Amino acid sequence: MVERRLIQGNEACAQGAIAAGCQFFGGYPISPSSEIAEYMARELPKLGGVFIQMEDELASLGSVLGASLAGVKAMTATSGPGFTLMQEHLGYATLAEIPCVVADVMRLGPSTGLPTSPSQGDVMQAQWGSHGDRSAVALAPGTVEEIHDLTIAAFNVAERLRTPVTLLFDETMGHMREGVSFSAPDPSSLWRRPTPQQSPGHLLEAYVPNEEGVAQVPDFGRGYRFHVTGLMHDERGYSTSDQGVAAALLERLARKLDPVEDWFPPEEYLLDDADVVIVAYGIMGRVAKQAVDRLRTEGTRAGMFRPTVLWPFPARTVKQATQRARVVVVAEMNAGQWGIPVEQAMQGRMPTVMVNCLGVGVDELCEQVAKAAFSEAGVA
Amino acid sequence: MSREKDLLRTETMPHMLCPGCGHGIVMGALLRVLSKRFENLDNVVLVAGIGCSSRIVAYIDGCTVHTTHGRALTFATGIKLARPELTVIVVTGDGDGLSIGGNHLLHAARRNVGLTCILFNNETYGMTGGQLAPTTVLNAYSSTSPYGNTEPAFDAANLAIAAGATFVARGQAFRTDALEDLLDQALDNDGFSFLDVMTDCTEYFVRKNSLGTGSDMLFSQGSVDKEIQADLAASPTIRPADGWPVRDILPTGVLHQAPRPSLSARLSPPIPGATR
Repeated sequence: MVERRLIQGNEACAQGAIAAGCQFFGGYPISPSSEIAEYMARELPKLGGVFIQMEDELASLGSVLGASLAGVKAMTATSGPGFTLMQEHLGYATLAEIPCVVADVMRLGPSTGLPTSPSQGDVMQAQWGSHGDRSAVALAPGTVEEIHDLTIAAFNVAERLRTPVTLLFDETMGHMREGVSFSAPDPSSLWRRPTPQQSPGHLLEAYVPNEEGVAQVPDFGRGYRFHVTGLMHDERGYSTSDQGVAAALLERLARKLDPVEDWFPPEEYLLDDADVVIVAYGIMGRVAKQAVDRLRTEGTRAGMFRPTVLWPFPARTVKQATQRARVVVVAEMNAGQWGIPVEQAMQGRMPTVMVNCLGVGVDELCEQVAKAAFSEAGVA
Repeated sequence: MSREKDLLRTETMPHMLCPGCGHGIVMGALLRVLSKRFENLDNVVLVAGIGCSSRIVAYIDGCTVHTTHGRALTFATGIKLARPELTVIVVTGDGDGLSIGGNHLLHAARRNVGLTCILFNNETYGMTGGQLAPTTVLNAYSSTSPYGNTEPAFDAANLAIAAGATFVARGQAFRTDALEDLLDQALDNDGFSFLDVMTDCTEYFVRKNSLGTGSDMLFSQGSVDKEIQADLAASPTIRPADGWPVRDILPTGVLHQAPRPSLSARLSPPIPGATR
């Protein structure tokens, strides 16, 4: 019997990281994520790991990437303004294929905004914040327990696919306390990054992909001598100005993320007969679920779809969940950042309505959904 | 011991440095020191930022990483803390290390991270076409100071000393024997070692300021060294028409030594209070 405890979302993230084998945390204080750093500062040294508070967020993620190159599972945590500063290193980690996890506890922006207010305003930033066509992974837990489990999963994806993974949750979830019962993950379920098949020494195959399309870069100080760069590179890891090589590399980095959507099943609620499908993620899943119940008592056949992976965009899952709907309502705490790809995935098959849920509760969401259902699809 | 040419990735040649550039001379000195100290570079990590100097790590057969602009020290800090047994060397330039990466230099020095930071100081941004750097001497022309530089230059070594570096020295591409000795001493220090190395950008800085050739510039480095000034009396003097000095007169050699425990030493268990 696993003991049930009352813990905070940020703490659950830190505990998930430690359970996943995280041994390095480089961070910089920022509300509302600081409890993650504080937990790691207290616990990592007891476990032989390293905590360091760096001078800014660029440095935080830089130190994390250094530790990861040296073979250690590593992470950082931040919020909007810090996440913006980390974008350059997220791009670097993607191109150089360095595993790492970044928890972004979202707050209201832009700029300093409202540091203690929840928001889901970093969703597009998580995909497109860094320059170039970056292939990104972002997970969106909806409960404190899910923060813990998806943090472990984030490390697994980061290691298996050698990519940065962003965990997106918000101020409310970071500070909310819920009863949880974690059990330690089976060690065999924890992934370690692919490393080369060749014998140690001068290595000319550091970026030759495995069968999953993932580079097999050794860790520093394990007998291999090789090069890592943020320039476009060939399979040796050496920089190249060959546009064909660059295009093939970007294509591989995108393709290796294809299976991610299948690893993270969504939560589906009363979708079987739903005319109206509310798409909501993170904390909004709870509000949407209540709205579905309310709408059903009022006679509207509503259902909810809550993805746990936002990027790469789970197009197959979204299409399947909305197959028989007459209208789709995307309820998120921003002006429609995830609504845009949802609308695109609908390909005009049905209307997609975006509801900005900043400061919106169940009553107002029900009202907005009912209004949209009636005006867009004649659903009463 | 190994042969310096065995420490090169010959398949990455030809290199991209310009004729007359001092960076290759500095890299040669580094290779000779490394070959003296190591059989191979399996456990030597060379971390670079962005710029001409930062490109040299790709030519060295070790564990090499060409990071982002100005942030090499942050990667290096993570590497050293995760694996204190590795030898970590940071290769940076004056724009990379003192402008965009200036803050990281201050904090790496303050923390006394156990690594050696070699700053290739050519007073300009070479890779991007000869723009103004925080090390460009007062009055000098650059592509972004077309009427002459109005800002005084940083003294990189003084900056590192003030921030807490435990070994600080200044060397020159002109004096490779002295430079090798300084590199060797820097690597001996179990803490943050900083080397400010004079090297010249013949393509941009020298041309923009009509200063002559690469060899003229090398001799001009010597002329700032009072000890050997006399010996250089016969060599070309590098002065533009309006008479301002090509570089500030700065001392060379070991400038500061103040050993104290490195960050890794302070972090290594047992940490009082941090027990299960």
